[in-house]
Amino acid sequence: MEWLSVIVQGTLLGGLYALFAVGLSLTFGIMRLVNIGHGDLIILAAFIALVVVQALGIHPLASLAIVVPAMFALGYLLQRGVLNRTLGESILPPLLVTFGLSVIIENLLLQLFGADTRRLHVGALETDSLVLPGGIAVGLFPLLIFAVAVAVIAALQLLFYRTDLGRAFRATSDDAVTAELMGADNRHLYALAMAIALAVTGVAGVFLAIRSNFDPAIGPSRLIFAFEAVIIGGLGSLWGTLAGAVILGVAQSIGSALRPEWQILAGDITFLVILVLRPNGLFQRTRD
Amino acid sequence: MRAAFRIDRGAAGRVFGLAALIAAAALASLPLWVDSGVTRLAGEMAYYLALAQLWNLLAGYAGLVSVGQQAYVGLGGYALFVLCGSLGVHPLLAIPLAGAAAAALSLPIALIVFRLRGAQFAVGTWVVAEICQLVIAQLPSLGGGSGQSLTAAVVRAIAAGRTTREMIFYWCSLAAGLAVLALVYGLLRSRIGLALTAIRDSEPASRSVGVDTFRTKLLTYVVVAFCTGAVGGLIFLQKLRISPDSGFGLQDWTVVVIFMVVIGGIGTIEGPFLGLFIYFALRQLLADYGSWYLIILGCVAVFFMLYARDGIWGWISARFGLQLFPVRRHLVRVTPARRASLDDAADPKG
Amino acid sequence: MSVLETRGLNAFYGDFQALFGVDVAVGAGETVAIIGANGAGKSTFLKAVVGLIAGAGGEVLFEGRQIGGLRAHEIVRAGISLVPEGRRLFPSLSVEENLRMGAYAGRAGAWSLGRVYELFPVLAEKRQAPATSLSGGQQQMAAIGRALMSNPRLLLCDELSLGLAPAVIKDIYARLAEIVAEGATLVIVEQDINQALAASDRFYCFQEGRVSLGGAAKGFDRAAVTAAYFGV
Repeated sequence: MEWLSVIVQGTLLGGLYALFAVGLSLTFGIMRLVNIGHGDLIILAAFIALVVVQALGIHPLASLAIVVPAMFALGYLLQRGVLNRTLGESILPPLLVTFGLSVIIENLLLQLFGADTRRLHVGALETDSLVLPGGIAVGLFPLLIFAVAVAVIAALQLLFYRTDLGRAFRATSDDAVTAELMGADNRHLYALAMAIALAVTGVAGVFLAIRSNFDPAIGPSRLIFAFEAVIIGGLGSLWGTLAGAVILGVAQSIGSALRPEWQILAGDITFLVILVLRPNGLFQRTRD
Repeated sequence: MRAAFRIDRGAAGRVFGLAALIAAAALASLPLWVDSGVTRLAGEMAYYLALAQLWNLLAGYAGLVSVGQQAYVGLGGYALFVLCGSLGVHPLLAIPLAGAAAAALSLPIALIVFRLRGAQFAVGTWVVAEICQLVIAQLPSLGGGSGQSLTAAVVRAIAAGRTTREMIFYWCSLAAGLAVLALVYGLLRSRIGLALTAIRDSEPASRSVGVDTFRTKLLTYVVVAFCTGAVGGLIFLQKLRISPDSGFGLQDWTVVVIFMVVIGGIGTIEGPFLGLFIYFALRQLLADYGSWYLIILGCVAVFFMLYARDGIWGWISARFGLQLFPVRRHLVRVTPARRASLDDAADPKG
Repeated sequence: MSVLETRGLNAFYGDFQALFGVDVAVGAGETVAIIGANGAGKSTFLKAVVGLIAGAGGEVLFEGRQIGGLRAHEIVRAGISLVPEGRRLFPSLSVEENLRMGAYAGRAGAWSLGRVYELFPVLAEKRQAPATSLSGGQQQMAAIGRALMSNPRLLLCDELSLGLAPAVIKDIYARLAEIVAEGATLVIVEQDINQALAASDRFYCFQEGRVSLGGAAKGFDRAAVTAAYFGV
């Protein structure tokens, strides 16, 4: 029973990792952009939530109403103003520009907020839990995060497969030049894609800030979690990304149950093993 | 009349070569006429030159944009501590052996991360570096999470006096910087350099003319790992202390190195030199302002990637047609008078 | 007034100049063929018109309006549609999604999903199939249908017959007449001289980036065309 509990906790942790990973999966799927600054953008969202909560005195979950639109706008401007310039034949510009952004964001947060760890508090919701049949206690808040992750992915699937905009995203992902011949403005579409990716990142940042301690330096490791989930799941498939995130969460949870210091190592090693056995991930769709 | 050509590599380079030799001799005598603080800074610049040239060889020439080179700095550092501390190897001999250890580990690592391409390769190398750090932090014999120090006996084995030791450290760093520079330069002028340039320009095209892209990249990766590991060993021999955080520090061993190369000019040998001086100037200038120098450096690097991808040296090189380390080949049409002598010398068929 | 008119159009790929001062005029309702050998600049001309490569010097006028310098998506919205060489259907979209993507520019007109299915009934049967599952001829029909979905005033067709069996080519060319009847103006680029000339009113022959000959498609001087085509 103890191990079953470990797996359940790991699965729920995977919900948070899925929220980390969706943005990365989206931008790679649509424009083959691996945003090295992704992890730091999650932490940026967490700090925006912190500022909003402190300034307005609102409930941390209510800060989503400000953080998500703010990250959406930031994503649009970032892509339109900066990252669109980097797209092209060479892989160096997008890689090094987003790498530079990562360093800039992390150090700006460090200058503004210091290195102290922070956390947003939601009172009883942090500790409330459900007891499943069989005696497994499940935290209410981790369960909420997992449900939100599933809802976000379901909504994005609807967007991609049921709307004109979604069709245009998929067409652009296949062949950007021909999509332009259909009247799709790629610069605008890419900016929208990044906006949506960062809106999800905003959700991830708020939940991260409530679920655990955070400080300006933890961005890169969130990028690695997101990246591992995307590669394990296979590129370009959002449900695959969720599966990858759950596998990563369970691996970390098992590692942590064996020895607390092994949590991250267990996730990294699982990632490497899957990379060796299934280089294209478990559920690949996008060709690169 | 049939046109004749010879391959030229530029005259500026030959003049510069002589000047460089004189400069190297002058640098070697540095500890004799400046104080130890300046010597220490010059030594740091020398090993950063090595790291920058190595990363540039990987990313700028072989197209292997690694964000995980700190793995080899740390592995080299730890290898040196094991060699000196547990196995009793002389510290200076341990430096190349640390490189060999890093190279040996780089081979299986390469076979895994080479499955990822482009930007994914970058993050993959980062994950590997994190794994190295986490694993070493789990090993009590290596000092676990808090690390370890070199024993007094090992330190004395280098030299009894502190001043002499610092001089030896400086000369080792200078030698490492110059050796890596010579290696990169030699490699780029060789057939491998030609293959690397072809791969950088177009991997499918280079494959079609018979370049074994996988082997060329693998060789480059392992050679760079060897050198990075040796430099890592050297760095932590000087610091006398290593921990997982310092050994595998992303910021110290990769972030600033990448910024140097990008600002100076990626894909050139001259660029990293310029970037090196700019980095150290900014760091000294903004020493009292926390991490602002990193923020500024990051903004400058992003600016160059967006608006001037070839960096400062790229601009200078395009503006003045200058090349100090001539690795490019130019076809020069040989005039008839000179051609006759060339024919005699080099063309038996006439 | 011409639907399409280029005046002194130049185009470059990097340092390489592919078009040298090309003057072409296409009248309303006309079908005009552009013929020429491989590398003569025919496809480059179409790409320059639709904004896929930036014209460098010269003018491109569409219904009297300067469109040179507009981006590709703006030119589609203005009413020019290209059937690209090699079809270039979106492989991860179904046939119907490919057609719907063609309507992304949002131009109203006679062409709709139903009307395209009438023109190419086989596409209606395969509407849910992935675009990659179609035969070469069916892919070409889908590519034409997709271009029609934007209700273009000017339809540009690049190498429709490439890699297709003669019977299929004949079938596809037969449908072009219906498209013209709906009021579109057509420009057809082909390497196959006979096929192109039979389907069109006038022609331009390109050679090494320049117009080497132009005239009525019926009763042309075969020797003159051969000379203009091969440059011999």
